[in-house]
Amino acid sequence: MTPELGEFALILAFVLSLAQAFFGLVGAGRGQLAWMSVARPAVSGQFVFVVMAFACLVYSFVNNDFSVLYVARNSNSQLPVFYKVAALWGAHEGSLLLWILILSVWSLAVAAFSRGLPITFAARVLGVMGLISAGFMLFTLWTSNPFLRLVPPAPDGADLNPVLQDFALSIHPPMLYTGYVGFSVAFAFACAAMLEGRLDQAWAKWTRPWTLFAWLFLTVGIALGSWWAYYELGWGGWWFWDPVENASFMPWLTGTALVHSLSVTEKRGIFKSWTLLLAIIAFSLSLVGTFLVRSGVLVSVHSFATDPARGLYILAFLCVVIGGSLTLYAWRAPKLYVPGGFQLWSREFFLLVNNVVLVSVAGLVLWGTLSPLVYELMNIGKISVGPPVFALMFLVPMVPLMAFLAIGMHAGWRRGTLTVSLKLLLGLLAVGVLLALLVQAGGFGALHGLGLIGLAFGFWIMLSALIEPVRRLRNRQRLSQGMLGMCIAHLGVGLFAIGASGVESYKIEKDVALKPGDHYVAAGYDFHFISSADVRGPNYDAVEATVEVTHKGRLVTVLKPQKRHFWVQQTDNSKAAISVGWMRDLFVAMGNPLGNGAWSMRVQYKPLVRYIWLGALVMALGGLIAATDRRYRLRTREAVVPADATAAAGTRLGST
Amino acid sequence: MWKFILPIVAFIALAVLFAFGLNPNRDIHAIPSPLIGKPAPLFKLTDVSDPSRIVSNADLKGQVYVLNVWGTWCVACRQEQQDLLTIAQQHVVPIIGLDYMDERSKAQQWLQQLGNPYNAVAFDTDGRTAIDWGVYGAPETFLVDGAGRVIYKFISPMTQQVWAREFLPRIEAARKGGA
Repeated sequence: MTPELGEFALILAFVLSLAQAFFGLVGAGRGQLAWMSVARPAVSGQFVFVVMAFACLVYSFVNNDFSVLYVARNSNSQLPVFYKVAALWGAHEGSLLLWILILSVWSLAVAAFSRGLPITFAARVLGVMGLISAGFMLFTLWTSNPFLRLVPPAPDGADLNPVLQDFALSIHPPMLYTGYVGFSVAFAFACAAMLEGRLDQAWAKWTRPWTLFAWLFLTVGIALGSWWAYYELGWGGWWFWDPVENASFMPWLTGTALVHSLSVTEKRGIFKSWTLLLAIIAFSLSLVGTFLVRSGVLVSVHSFATDPARGLYILAFLCVVIGGSLTLYAWRAPKLYVPGGFQLWSREFFLLVNNVVLVSVAGLVLWGTLSPLVYELMNIGKISVGPPVFALMFLVPMVPLMAFLAIGMHAGWRRGTLTVSLKLLLGLLAVGVLLALLVQAGGFGALHGLGLIGLAFGFWIMLSALIEPVRRLRNRQRLSQGMLGMCIAHLGVGLFAIGASGVESYKIEKDVALKPGDHYVAAGYDFHFISSADVRGPNYDAVEATVEVTHKGRLVTVLKPQKRHFWVQQTDNSKAAISVGWMRDLFVAMGNPLGNGAWSMRVQYKPLVRYIWLGALVMALGGLIAATDRRYRLRTREAVVPADATAAAGTRLGST
Repeated sequence: MWKFILPIVAFIALAVLFAFGLNPNRDIHAIPSPLIGKPAPLFKLTDVSDPSRIVSNADLKGQVYVLNVWGTWCVACRQEQQDLLTIAQQHVVPIIGLDYMDERSKAQQWLQQLGNPYNAVAFDTDGRTAIDWGVYGAPETFLVDGAGRVIYKFISPMTQQVWAREFLPRIEAARKGGA
């Protein structure tokens, strides 16, 4: 009964989302107040029914209802309860339902916090979001229904894929989707502005916090995915340029560009059509990512089961959403175009460079991801573009951007003058180089050219980000949350650069054969394989090795990697053991038994690797601080003030 | 004006590409390389398993040989490895590997795990030799005749069907022509 109830609730939610789209968009177009006022209650109703549908599926999972096909395929009675719930989004159908749930939460938030917006504008925003909801719900009901029954019921389930039975991966999809879906708000704001044919600085001020929230969730989501791949896949890499990863990275790059271009639109009222385009592209790339992962168009190492019918539906949906919005853009954006005046080396100039670089990198990643398909279309054959090519495409534009960032933070609006002396910035660069050399010589005992640039620029960005907070603190001036958030996010960029340069320059990855009693030395760490023993988990058997690590005769840690054998799926999974440190990670994963108690083992030394994820989290924290700035919370009151006054207020805040 | 229309045009191109990608009967063909009929670029590189050994195709002058371009980062190369091993066991011609843009330790581990079909593997760290050969990606397989001319190029994972259909007749013809 429960799954039928869930399906019925989803159908009701679908009908309500259609009402939300129709009355929101058509009501605003015809200026019918009564129609427009339907949109908000429709959002609330939709939310209630989506939660109901989701709860029904959770119920089926927790209660081991293996008469539901999707539950039988992805869960098992032996699975711990936490993973039973997480198994819901372990495969295609359920993860779509999660998408829908998150979209309805965002819609509810927009409905709740949009009361200060002009009524037709709010109706249009909700209308566009209703259209997106409807598209996804129809997709689920039509091609990917998670509530289908299995007759006769399975005695037990096929279990969740063992590599997905992990904490970080359980919360990775919700975070990532919150980011993806969050960009739908900026997208809806952009569409509404184009439909209205009006875009002022107040618009940028409304859009910015929503975009920042989406961006920070996406940042955390990607970092979690990278962290998971690092320890769970047993490879020890942190980024693989896999199509699925690229699918999340492209919206992040364009989303980051959008966050920056919105600041120009908010402070100076220029870059309007560009900001609109970025808002469309950021969300479009989220949708394209979904398409690429699920349609079977590209081959990926960790992709969902594919089905051409689903691919065809998503393609049609992409054409409606992206094609529609870009047509609207071609038609309406020329009217919103304002020629902007700013000088070379002004803040606007630096942000323009930021945008050009980020969007170019996103374009290159898109090209790299799709080029196998392009080559195939041109009958050149099946090929793959490798990580070395991606790394090059990423590094060449990003390294100069880091220098631009360190300087650009201190550029004044409009005029090309710095708010701090160039001497100070160059001095800090010298300090950065010195610190980098110190880390290289002191920490690793060897110089590495590219690593030196990365480390030096990383330190430089961090020092440069601290200038303003330190100055304000010393002069006892107030530091606005927007400014503080910006500084902290850039501090995160520096940390990330340090982590990525450190690990890529000095990592050691070795596959060695060890029998009990053997030693292996890497980077001065002595890995001593003591013994292995059989252990038992809730749904698996495992062999656990004990590896003692000593450094200069002192015991550092005892690592216990496991090779797990999962009963239900009859699959093996290697659980790496990692010793975490500020300066390095030590990583041991078990490979295959080689007989006589010997094992092939992957031993790794990963210097500074933690700063990659720490940097991402600090970036997200900066986003959170900036998104909750007072000037956004005062929005409701200021929105009733005439547009000119708001614009003036924007400029005043910008000059502080 | 064009800059407002450009995005939608780009999207239409993308949508066409996706529609093509959805076609379940996607077919793959090889196109001729500009190198066909031209002298094969010479290379002199270190052996992937033994940095002190030199692998050069100058030593193969007078012989018909196959050059297979691969890398451990290439998913499709993993796919062709089994077929290459079967082909290598026939001992028709020497198969030279060109491992490009790769790490030595990873490549050695790859050969250990998946088997080594190559007579020798040249290690092309910076991909310069691959550029000389006009390599788009990996895997790619070249056929060179006794006069040192490239006579055929195949892009995509090698299969035994392709070997029998495209390579064997050409090898035979090259040997007759060269004799």
